[in-house]
Order: sequence, then C-alpha cells, then structure tokens
Amino acid sequence: MTQLALVIDLNVCVGCHACVTSCKEWNTSGEAGPMVDKYAYGENPTGTFFNRVQSFEIGTYPQTETVHFPKSCLHCEEPPCVPVCPTGASYKREEDGIVLVDYDKCIGCKYCSWACPYGAREIDEKQRVMKKCTLCVDRIYDEALPVSERKPACVMSCPTSARLFGDVHDENSEVSKAIRERAGYQLMPEWGTKPANHYLPRRKTEIKIHKDELERVDNPLSKEERLRHNEPGKGPSLDDMSNW
Amino acid sequence: MHPAFSVIFLTTLIGAGQGLFLALFTGQIFSQFKLMPEQHEVNFFIWGSALATLLLCVGLFASFFHLGHPERAWRTATKWRTSWLSREVIALPAAIVTIAAYGLAHYLGWNTPLLTMPGGTGVDATLLLGLIATVATYALFICTGMIYGCIKFLQEWHTPLTVINFILLGTASGFTIATALSAYLHIGLVYFYANWAIFFTVVALIFRVATMLRNRNINPKSDLRSAIGINHNNIRQMAQGSMGGSFNTREYFHGKSAAFVKSIKYIFVVLAFLVPLFFLVLSLNNSAYFIPLIAVLVQYVGLLAERWYFFADANHPQNLYYQQIS
Repeated sequence: MTQLALVIDLNVCVGCHACVTSCKEWNTSGEAGPMVDKYAYGENPTGTFFNRVQSFEIGTYPQTETVHFPKSCLHCEEPPCVPVCPTGASYKREEDGIVLVDYDKCIGCKYCSWACPYGAREIDEKQRVMKKCTLCVDRIYDEALPVSERKPACVMSCPTSARLFGDVHDENSEVSKAIRERAGYQLMPEWGTKPANHYLPRRKTEIKIHKDELERVDNPLSKEERLRHNEPGKGPSLDDMSNW
Repeated sequence: MHPAFSVIFLTTLIGAGQGLFLALFTGQIFSQFKLMPEQHEVNFFIWGSALATLLLCVGLFASFFHLGHPERAWRTATKWRTSWLSREVIALPAAIVTIAAYGLAHYLGWNTPLLTMPGGTGVDATLLLGLIATVATYALFICTGMIYGCIKFLQEWHTPLTVINFILLGTASGFTIATALSAYLHIGLVYFYANWAIFFTVVALIFRVATMLRNRNINPKSDLRSAIGINHNNIRQMAQGSMGGSFNTREYFHGKSAAFVKSIKYIFVVLAFLVPLFFLVLSLNNSAYFIPLIAVLVQYVGLLAERWYFFADANHPQNLYYQQIS
C-alpha cells in the first residue's frame, strides 16, 4: 500500500517561507476555489494556509540555535480527524494514504480540527469549510506536467531541498532511505497517530582536521625520494620539457 | 478551547430538556408503582413534555449556528459508525420525537393498561413510550458527553467524568424545572421534585468538583519537545508563521485572562449549585412558584458559566505550536 508523505530536513531548512507562498499560490488558484485572505493589507491580516513555517529558539543565549519548522498536515496513518467527521467529508484515500476533505460534503462544524493534535486543519472563513494540505493531489497525478514537476508545490519551491516527497511504505524510495539513514522521526508519537510525514533532525557536520593535514610533512612515505633532483633550479623546468 | 455560544446553549438547553423529561417520567413511575400517592395531574405531564420538547428544539436550533453549512446538516447522520457527533445528530431528534410522543400519549389519555405486571400495576402506552424516551434521553446524554470525552489528547475531557457530568448537570437542572412547574401548576409534587432536585444538584456538585480536582493536577502528555521532536529542555517559540493570528490562535484559545477564567469557576459553583440549592430548600416548605423559578433561572445562568468554563479549561496540544505571534 502506498503512503505518500513529505520528509522535511530541519538541518537544511533556512526558514525562507518559499514553501508557504508557493503552497498558497498553487492551492488558491486551484479548482477548489481561493483560500481566504482577510484584511490582507490591514492591521491584523489573517487567512487560510496549508503550510506554515514556525521558528523556535533552542538553548540559552549564547548557546542557542534557531530551528525553522515547517508544519502542514502530516497525513497520519491513523488520522484521528477522520473517524470523528459526522458527514464523511474527511477521508483517507486507500490508494495513496492522502487525507483529504470533500469541500462539498463538509458542514464546517470544526470537530475534525479539535481532533487533530497538530493544528493542521484551518477553516476557510469565506467558504466555511475545513481546509488542509492535499499534498497537491491536483499536481502529483497531472499527466500534463513533466514527470519532474509532479511533486507538491512546496517541494518544487524549496531552494535548499529541505523537503522530500515520496512513498514512505516503499523501502527503496528516497524518503524511506532518508528516514532510515538520517534518523527521521514523527511528531507527537505519544498519541499513536502515526504521522506519515517525517522530520530529519539537526546534524552537526564537523570536519576533524589534523595538524599534519595542514602542514605537510615532507615526503612522509619517502615516495618522492627519486625526485630529489627536482629541487628548484636543479632538475628540468617546464620550459625545458616543452622546448624539446 | 474557544467556548462557542452555539454549543454552550445547545448542551445546556438539551441537558435541561432531557432532565425535565426524566423528572416527569420519574414522577409517573413513582405514582404508577405506588411508591407515592397516585397522581392524576395530566396537565403536568402534557406541559412538562411540551416544555422539554421545546428546550430540546431550541437547543437543536442553537446548534445550527455552529455550522458553516447548516443546509448540509442532513449529511451528519451518515457516519454514526465512527463519529459520536453523528450519533448525537441521530439521538437528538430521536429524543425529541419520543418525548413529544410521550406528551401526546398523555394528552390523548392513552391510559388503558396494555398488560398487567405481577404486582397488579397496569402498564399503559404512556409508560412504554416513556421507557423508550428514557433510553433515547440517556443515549443522547452519552453521545453529547462522548463528543468531548472521546478526544484523547484533550486530557481535561478524556475521562468518564465528562459523560457523568453531562448527565448529572442536565438531570439536576431538569428536576429543578420540574419543581418550578409543579409549583406553578399547584400540584402536590413540589416537595417530591424539590427533594430530587436537591439530591441531583448536590451529586452534580460533588462530581463537578471532583473533575476540577482531577484537572487541576493534569500532566500534559505532549510538550514542545515531542511537538517539534527536539529533545532540549529550553525551547522557545520565536514565530508561528503568521503576523495577525490565524484560525489556530482563535479556535483553541479562550482569549481571556487567567483571572477571568478563575472568576467564572467561582461564579458557576455559586450560581449553578449553591444559590439553586438555597432556593430549592426554601421551596420544600413554601409552595410559591417564584421560589423554584428563581432556582431554575439562576441555575441556568450558572450552567452557561459552567459550560463556558468546561471549554475554556481544555488545553489543546496544538497550542504548543502557537505560543508566540512573532
């Protein structure tokens, strides 16, 4: 069974919000109608987003680190928001594991948003239905697009490739490999929701440079012994070689 | 959570309606099984059922204000296999219809015994309909409570106490209304109902205080570490991804100060329990109908405050992601 998901690498996310804006741009232009933006130029702008980038400061000054944390629907394998829906508007697709909302069936009771511990669902105050990340379901199967572009808009736009997209149930996929080899983890595992989206932790990439790597020990393996005559001014120069 | 007035009115009104019906039926059972002098006050049962039906209908009406698309509300009955909200949508009309039918049976005087029990008690249509309506009423109580009780990460709600409180608070307010109604109609049940109302109000107070004690020391299962998966004791949010707030900052926060929430707690303990108890005790020896009527009105205002506090008290784990606007 396929379970499409995102894997987000917190080690390379720079918090530029490109995924947020490209997500909004793609999904507000789709068939489902625009995502509301209220008072966009006012004092308190508010609107519906599928994806948000949050920033956290870890540690105590001066030993701090800023972690940028993109957050969208995690497409849980045990989605708590789906069974509570009284109309069946919220559903998880069998074929690819994407959790979707049928905007024509949703009555806007907000109960599913109460049942999501991650706050991934946001109501559209104009259409008065619940909205959430669709994993760009209208992009990833679009045969009019080149194969390389059949990815969610956020993945396409990420300048640091912090967002990977694929099937987490296929153990040979790029995302499964990333989860396996780079300690991918899930959010709030304590609730048993089994989020499909994973996050890759911060990693320290330090290069250990020994002193002898910086200061060359002269001919440590005596391999160049026979080239002694190449000392400046003694052996043949480049000019000698080319002027044969 | 953000307390929505549509839901506050829904749960308090239907609770009172259900409790009032249970009070009527308790009266009928006591009278029919000769546990007290037999009552022949048909008017009381007719008006009582009409009032209970009205309360439930007004509650149902209030619930529509919570929906973005009320015109699609018929769809909500479809997912009863998994959703307590869907089950409530079925149980609520079921309770309305059976309680209305119970009142109608009294109005039409369907008192001919259909069968006789070993003790010689006749079982008539009103008793059978009352039994069915009692089942519907309890089903509705359980559905309403479980809507909140079944969400496991709202730890303040995820306890059997939620369902018990819905049942007890509804029953207490219903019996208080029955006391006022019997006083208004000058029937001899004031003492009977006042006693029951006192009993249920005291028990409801005990369970409500027990719930508050339980929730006072609740240990949140999620914290920022599990929320973003970074194992560090000192994590501080710098930005939440929006500058002017969002659905997430409005729906899950009560938006009031801690002092305000605390004052609502004391207000509801006084108004929903202590003041009504005082007036109910007064009405034991005084049949003036305005005494229990004051108890009814004060208790209802208290229950509105109680329900507001119930919502405001629940702390949703998503709030961990929304602690700092920017």
